Amino acid sequence: MFKVLTKKELSPGIFDCDIEAPQVAKKARPGQFIVLRADEKGERIPLTIADFDRERGSVKLIFQVVGASTMALASIPVGGEIQDFIGPLGQPSQISADMGTVVFVGGGIGVAPVYPIARAVHELGNKVIGILGAKTKDILVFEKEMRSVCDEVIITTDDGSCGIKGFVTNGLQTLVERGEKIAQVTAIGPGIMMKSVVEATRPLGIKTIVSLNPVMVDGTGMCGCCRVQVGDETKFACVDGPEFDGHLVDFGGLMSRGRMYREQEAVAKDHVCNIGLGR
Amino acid sequence: MAISMKKHAMPEQAASVRAHNFDEVALGYDEETALSEAARCLNCKVPQCRKGCPVEVNIPGFIAKIKEKDYAAAIHTIKESNSLPAVCGRVCPQENQCEKHCVLGKKGEPVAIGRLERFAADWQLSQNEAIQPVDFAADAKKVAVIGAGPAGLTCAGDLAKKGYRVTVFEALHTAGGVLSYGIPEFRLPKDKVVKREIENLTRLGVEIRLNSVVGRLYTVDELMQEEGYSAVFIGTGAGLPRFMGIPGENLNGVYSANEFLTRCNLMKAYLFPEYVTPIRVGKNVAVVGGGNVAMDAARTALRLGAEHVYIVYRRSMEELPARAEEVHHAKEEGIDFRLLNNPVAILGDDAGWVKEIRCQKMELGEPDASGRRRPVPVVGSEYNLAVDTVIIAIGTGPNPIVASTTQGLDTNKRGNIAASEETGATSKEGVFAGGDIVTGAATVILAMGAGKKAAAAINEYLKSKQ
Repeated sequence: MFKVLTKKELSPGIFDCDIEAPQVAKKARPGQFIVLRADEKGERIPLTIADFDRERGSVKLIFQVVGASTMALASIPVGGEIQDFIGPLGQPSQISADMGTVVFVGGGIGVAPVYPIARAVHELGNKVIGILGAKTKDILVFEKEMRSVCDEVIITTDDGSCGIKGFVTNGLQTLVERGEKIAQVTAIGPGIMMKSVVEATRPLGIKTIVSLNPVMVDGTGMCGCCRVQVGDETKFACVDGPEFDGHLVDFGGLMSRGRMYREQEAVAKDHVCNIGLGR
Repeated sequence: MAISMKKHAMPEQAASVRAHNFDEVALGYDEETALSEAARCLNCKVPQCRKGCPVEVNIPGFIAKIKEKDYAAAIHTIKESNSLPAVCGRVCPQENQCEKHCVLGKKGEPVAIGRLERFAADWQLSQNEAIQPVDFAADAKKVAVIGAGPAGLTCAGDLAKKGYRVTVFEALHTAGGVLSYGIPEFRLPKDKVVKREIENLTRLGVEIRLNSVVGRLYTVDELMQEEGYSAVFIGTGAGLPRFMGIPGENLNGVYSANEFLTRCNLMKAYLFPEYVTPIRVGKNVAVVGGGNVAMDAARTALRLGAEHVYIVYRRSMEELPARAEEVHHAKEEGIDFRLLNNPVAILGDDAGWVKEIRCQKMELGEPDASGRRRPVPVVGSEYNLAVDTVIIAIGTGPNPIVASTTQGLDTNKRGNIAASEETGATSKEGVFAGGDIVTGAATVILAMGAGKKAAAAINEYLKSKQ
């Protein structure tokens, strides 16, 4: 069992939790993820690691309540326990001291998993620019954290309540127009956002890394549920990824597979609501 | 009294009933039937049956104890060499092992050794017998076992009985490996059998750490250098599903058998939404492949409510690798065998869902390297089968996580860990391996045999180090 040490609701339905998992914290590296099962009857869901504290032995997760499993997770109080917590899984981000200028694009709660990678890239001495996108100002997460590890932060909101009115690609455009020499873009967020970023950087020839979060079961390569077409090959996001060359990812297929259980997800959410877990 | 040439039939749930529930199909012998079946054993002076058993159970010995109604002695005789008899009595391919060598089989049917093994094991499970924990010495050496499947559990049990402190590291949230995630409830009940057999090991003193992915959480070197383990056994199984590489395999509604069975068995998706993990079957299902896993997937799909389930296999019934008993059960339940059919594409609708599977008819040509007649496509024979779900059950490869994170551990060209067949010794000192990670996908009992040999070799190795 894994204790919930802290829990904050950053904005309605978006939670920041620190989970006690000393061995996972000890081994976690930027870019990796964990799989958890909230309770005995729960589903195994993957969540990207938003931060880790090796001394305290904790792993930070940022998640949005969207269905039965995240609802069950959000219902666990501070001091309560998560049934199963498995990690660190996946390949760590490939980073080095001579990357040049790296732009980190985070959309929605995707800003959270971007942060530890941006921090590591910054600590290695590279120039780091953050582009944080959200629908509106109130659901912008991890702005303070990102400012602490970025040389520059650009904010975009769909409604213009903060920063540039528009999407993360507008932020990217601003950089390109002023002649910023970008060596690499790393984008994490909803499929449609990552696809837009990839389409924006493709004609410019900027290397673009995306971190995929498809449906998974075991998270260790055993089931193949998370498979995604990357170039000519079928890859398993859990063991080959989660990061891939965005210009090779079949986002259409990825997003279609993400909808596979939409009907069942609604049924499960109703069930969890009815038995009162989603208080 | 003349000996019956036929073995006693196994009582079963009727096919029409069991096709709609997840309860165990085979109900087990009652005492009277077991005694009558045991009486068929000739207690041969040179028992051939033992030669066919990968763990060399004293078969005539335990059957003799059943004849005497000393069931406790019968199960203890089995457990001298087999730590998971309630599992083996259910899932071993006895027809290719012990029963194949039984002399009665020359003129009639062999003794039903597997059914008698199950009888003795189930008798013990019903007794709630106290298990004496191992009294470990203060300076007992520690051994790490990676993977709580048949190979790892057997190795762990044998080593604990020899006085070693064993920790089993299991990646999933439940121990058992394929016994828990792969083989369905209706063939191998989880709470009644698998969980109980594993509890018996933990009561003996084996520690099982769940949710522990070795290679990520600890490397093998860290286990030996920092965590104090004197030897390591790797039994991580064949956990990487193979796909066919045909168009449409990433459509919604296409599963690997591993995913389909894991959702149903490990995650209990058959109890959705009480258990939150979803599974989709639709009306028509095609399972590609002809092994036991394909049979399990097809019969599971039927129980989840599919109306029509096809087995699509490119060779003929003669080459079909599944156990005869599984094929028989599947046919009784109404599974539609499309033999000599090879899938060439999976076709989807506009929303990205499976709509049809395109098959090509085959005929048998000359024997290939495996000695089986090679299937050859029949020109112009392609046709489409309307299906909602396709389950790919064509085998698995080795999971690379441990091998790729362990320096000095040799693998073969297929990615399996290279290990001695007799001892499990690998290229790395103190590290042993066995089961599917070494041999590629095989049977539960072969993995158990490998775990047993490795336990003996680890004991020798650690004694030689003193």
